[in-house]
Amino acid sequence: MAVVSLSDAEKFFIVHGIEDEGLRTDGRSCEDYRCIELETGLLSNTYGSSRLRLGNTELLAGIKIELGTPNPKNPDEGWVEFHIDCSPNASLAFQGRGGQELSNGICCHLSRIYNNKSALDLKQLCIVPHHHCWVVHVDVIVLEYGGNLFDSISIAVKGALHNCGVPNVNVSAGDEGEFEINLPDDPADVNKLKISSCPVLVTISKVGNRHIVDPTLEEEFCSHASLIVGVTSKGLITGMKKVGSGSLCPESISEMLQSAKSVGKRINSAFTKLMKTEKGIAKSVEKTGYL
Amino acid sequence: MSSNKTIEMKLPSKRQKNAVQNVSNRMLVTPGDVITEDTIYMKGHGTYGTNIEGDKRVIASVAGVVEPINKLICVKPLKTRYNGEVGDVIVGRIKDVQQKRWKVETNSRLDSVLHLSSVNLRGGELRRRSAADEFAMREYLKEGDLISAEIQQVHADGSLSLHTRSLRYGKLGQGCCVVVSPSLIKRRKNHMHNLSCGVSIILGNNGYVWISPLVKTATDSEAGDGGFDFDKEPVTADDRETICRVRNAILCLAKHSVMLYDTSVQYAYDKSLDYEAKHLLSDDVASEIVDRTLMEIDLLKGNA
Repeated sequence: MAVVSLSDAEKFFIVHGIEDEGLRTDGRSCEDYRCIELETGLLSNTYGSSRLRLGNTELLAGIKIELGTPNPKNPDEGWVEFHIDCSPNASLAFQGRGGQELSNGICCHLSRIYNNKSALDLKQLCIVPHHHCWVVHVDVIVLEYGGNLFDSISIAVKGALHNCGVPNVNVSAGDEGEFEINLPDDPADVNKLKISSCPVLVTISKVGNRHIVDPTLEEEFCSHASLIVGVTSKGLITGMKKVGSGSLCPESISEMLQSAKSVGKRINSAFTKLMKTEKGIAKSVEKTGYL
Repeated sequence: MSSNKTIEMKLPSKRQKNAVQNVSNRMLVTPGDVITEDTIYMKGHGTYGTNIEGDKRVIASVAGVVEPINKLICVKPLKTRYNGEVGDVIVGRIKDVQQKRWKVETNSRLDSVLHLSSVNLRGGELRRRSAADEFAMREYLKEGDLISAEIQQVHADGSLSLHTRSLRYGKLGQGCCVVVSPSLIKRRKNHMHNLSCGVSIILGNNGYVWISPLVKTATDSEAGDGGFDFDKEPVTADDRETICRVRNAILCLAKHSVMLYDTSVQYAYDKSLDYEAKHLLSDDVASEIVDRTLMEIDLLKGNA
């Protein structure tokens, strides 16, 4: 995935730094994240949006909601659809159809993690059982790629969902058993989604015989196997995926899962704190955006 | 391992207009700005004139600082690809291995070339390059390797020819490479320094800065062989910490557009000792360190 190339000596330096001292080239320890900048509610033409910057990785997430018919298997639930666009501006590897495989992989993983009961209560997306429900379309565009894409996309998605307001419709019975759905006049008459148990993805990469969190492009190049784990704020693991050509032995997998749990809990608590702060200063400060 | 394990998540801050130093007496221009209409001035790099009869304007073609040298007006761009000069020391990455030469990535408009005849091979300098040498090129330098070299020649199209025909240059071993803009590297007589904090740095003119543990002086026969095999001994913890700190200090200086040379890097390192290496990545710590470094440099200039 990474387009960076390193010499053998540089790889040796990075791997031994992590294995012997637990010190990475930018001074972080194995479980330290780079500073994350997150802002929500900056796009006025979406129901919810967020912008995230983690090191050199920059993303923009937007949410659109439309009416749909519920799946007969789950008649009282709506669902969430994801679409990731790895823009060729982000990295040389994404030019042409290069980013397609990566974005499909991330979409599948996110759908698996979100469309189950432990993550998001899909019943809040139901309007009329068997007839109407909300379909939430989450679109993410990757503007710059500096490593650690899965984690940043999951935090941006959680931010956008937190900001998302579902219109408070009233349903009236029309003729011939059809239902009439009326949108409220006031655009601020919305219901916020309950996202407290939404998971956050944590990427743990194996470098040498230790594992690190939040790898940069150079560290991704040195690591042959990574685990991507979905962790909720209570430390519950909702899904796991292994990427990379290397192999992992069962002991290291359990160690990595332990790290993932503690790191995931910390990310979720930092996220909740930031959302509270943002809500507190909401009307007085204008959004930073891109200018 | 530090005990402070909270993850920092914050709202983005508005882009600050960093006060650019020493610009009050100089002119900043953007492409298309008229610099002067006086006929006595000649047009240098970064400027152009319309060839219309009677139009004597000197117009800037790049965004940068106007540098008048007597009657010659040049514009030095703030952010540009590296334009090589003969004799510059650069750090480059091998991009491609071809017949009898290597293509080197040096952050310039075209790839630079390193000929097989311009490197020191094992077994003496004056050996004639044979076909066997040509086949063994990849054993010496392969794709991804970092080298330090000097510019031998600048061709008409701007591409550079490099050479490593000195024991100081050659393949680089363990260490860390930082990329900054080429316009931030101050032109000096010497670009390879052993800092007093215990690391050696190479400030490549092309913006690639190489930080490594102290290079042992070439007193014995094996040292200074052009780096055929890198030293596989793991770097000590102290050296590693110093390398991290110097790397982060250089990135802080680059973010605030401070010229990089051995003194400024040394001062930035000294001022950063109050903080942990990883905290240098955050904006407020970075501006604090840059301010203190600039004060120290001004003091030095004031005394000199």
